[in-house]
Amino acid sequence: MVEVVRGNAFLFGPNIDTDQIYPGRFLDITDPIEIGKHAMEGVVPDFCEKFKTGDIIVASTNFGCGSSREHAAVALKAIGIGAVLADSFGRIFYRNAINLGIPLVVCPNIDKHVKQGDILTVDITTGNLVNETTGITIKAQPLTGYVMSILQNGGIKSLIKSQYGQ
Amino acid sequence: MHAIEKILAKAAGLSSITTGEIINCKVDLAGINDLYLQTILSFYEMGGKKVFDPKKIIVFLDHYAPASTIAQAENQKQFREFCWDQGIDLLMDIDQGVCHQIIADKGLAQPGMVVVVTDSHTTTHGAFGAFGTGVGATDLAIILMTGQLWFRVPEIIRINLEGQLPKGVYAKDIILDIIGKVGADYAVYKAVEISGSVLTQLSVSERMTLCNMTTEMGAKASYIQPDEITFSYLKERASQEYEVFTTDPGYQYTADLTFDVSELKPQIAAPHSVDNVSSIAQFIGTPVNQAYLGSCTNGRVDDLAIAAKILKGKKIHPRTRFIVVPASKSVLLEAINKGYVQTLIEAGATFVTPGCASCLGTHEGLLAPGEVCITATNRNFPGRMGSNKANIYLGSPAAVAAAALEGEIVNPAGYLNEER
Ligand code: SF4
Repeated sequence: MVEVVRGNAFLFGPNIDTDQIYPGRFLDITDPIEIGKHAMEGVVPDFCEKFKTGDIIVASTNFGCGSSREHAAVALKAIGIGAVLADSFGRIFYRNAINLGIPLVVCPNIDKHVKQGDILTVDITTGNLVNETTGITIKAQPLTGYVMSILQNGGIKSLIKSQYGQ
Repeated sequence: MHAIEKILAKAAGLSSITTGEIINCKVDLAGINDLYLQTILSFYEMGGKKVFDPKKIIVFLDHYAPASTIAQAENQKQFREFCWDQGIDLLMDIDQGVCHQIIADKGLAQPGMVVVVTDSHTTTHGAFGAFGTGVGATDLAIILMTGQLWFRVPEIIRINLEGQLPKGVYAKDIILDIIGKVGADYAVYKAVEISGSVLTQLSVSERMTLCNMTTEMGAKASYIQPDEITFSYLKERASQEYEVFTTDPGYQYTADLTFDVSELKPQIAAPHSVDNVSSIAQFIGTPVNQAYLGSCTNGRVDDLAIAAKILKGKKIHPRTRFIVVPASKSVLLEAINKGYVQTLIEAGATFVTPGCASCLGTHEGLLAPGEVCITATNRNFPGRMGSNKANIYLGSPAAVAAAALEGEIVNPAGYLNEER
């Protein structure tokens, strides 16, 4: 597990739903690489051309609300998202992303402290976040408990496989 | 303890639980949709061989019913083969309809049960006093393997509905009004109980509409205390004995809201979010290219009945198309028997096979850029029903049918003679 994530910020507003993260018309695709090509396409059609592995999504409230489609999390995983930092997350997206081993960090008012393209460093175990572009330090909620053990195992699949694999 | 907590505690084999605790619950009914082939892929990736109990698993081929791309057909094929291999008898193939309606038609969601489906609107089953919640594919795969899933015991919000519903105002208007007031993220991670005297004026179908739409305020689950209306609905459908839990007096809700519906007007959620709600008066005269009646929110017999009432002996506007999607096969059959299908087709409706159709923008009635749709479904996000340059307005079945008739948004109250 990567404890300290460093990347460019891509900024989004409130209530970015999973239809925008991954449009419904591509739901019949099952190959993760192909799924990744449509990441965030409902909001920024050429997102994948601008995004570099390890970059970070920063959003306001309720990121990932709406449909339960795991494709939304699969797409972000496939493009190598470093982390998603948001004021709050839609519940099912939160579970899906953590299950796949994507660090989701709750950080109140984060969208007010970050601009598009700022370089951020976040330690997910402590919640310490530095905006290197502005020099501002922000405290996010650290990941703990069962959620952390899922991430430490590289996602819930390997965790369950080791416990229950038949 | 709250009834929801008692349900969860029983499912976790615990005598008491506290808010915020993470518990492992046994699942009574686990449902998978055809969007989620990843469930089966994750099951095998995690070393799964046999599902925990084939009788507790239900598979729905509803979102792509019937398949309109080869990839969709391939996904459905793999689902069928999985069911046959695993001995899953509850394979709801493309003739059956939308998952939540099938569960309701067959009485599969009962008081006290834990129902988990790979669909966000699983909150619908709170209408039967069940704990219904949506998850993603990998979570559902864990249930397939273990029969259990971890949950955080949620805070619970109570929403009391009081007063007398006016003519032309329906459950959809009530819930849109509330979502508009509290916001799309009000109940994230929390459960929502709906109570109050208005419930006695609402059918099971309208209660399902309320519970279904709690998802759009972020709710994890919803709950209506089962009563005579619930019991008589289930009597014709459910064979099993079920246990009805009740909330202890003095339970502390995390929030307790009351809405009086007596003065409520028909409501509309305007593009592009479900909480962008105002009275329909704001939108009168907005031209619509497509009117859409269907979905797990408002595709039931009484919804089609309202549309038939408004459109009987009339013709829809020549510049508007009217797509009607009965939520399930039983809804379609009953609507045929009652003559609603004939009425609506004569008025100019286009019927689509029971299922999700264009509610989620995959097929059967997509919108072109710049088009406007009024729909009885539950989401108006950009691109939800086709082009992300289309505009989607959410309203009640009455608002949809009246707009189909006039080719623009109108107040449906004037098109209904009798009370409600
Ligand atoms: S009808 Fe619409 S909201 Fe309901 S399950 Fe289908 S796609 Fe989802």
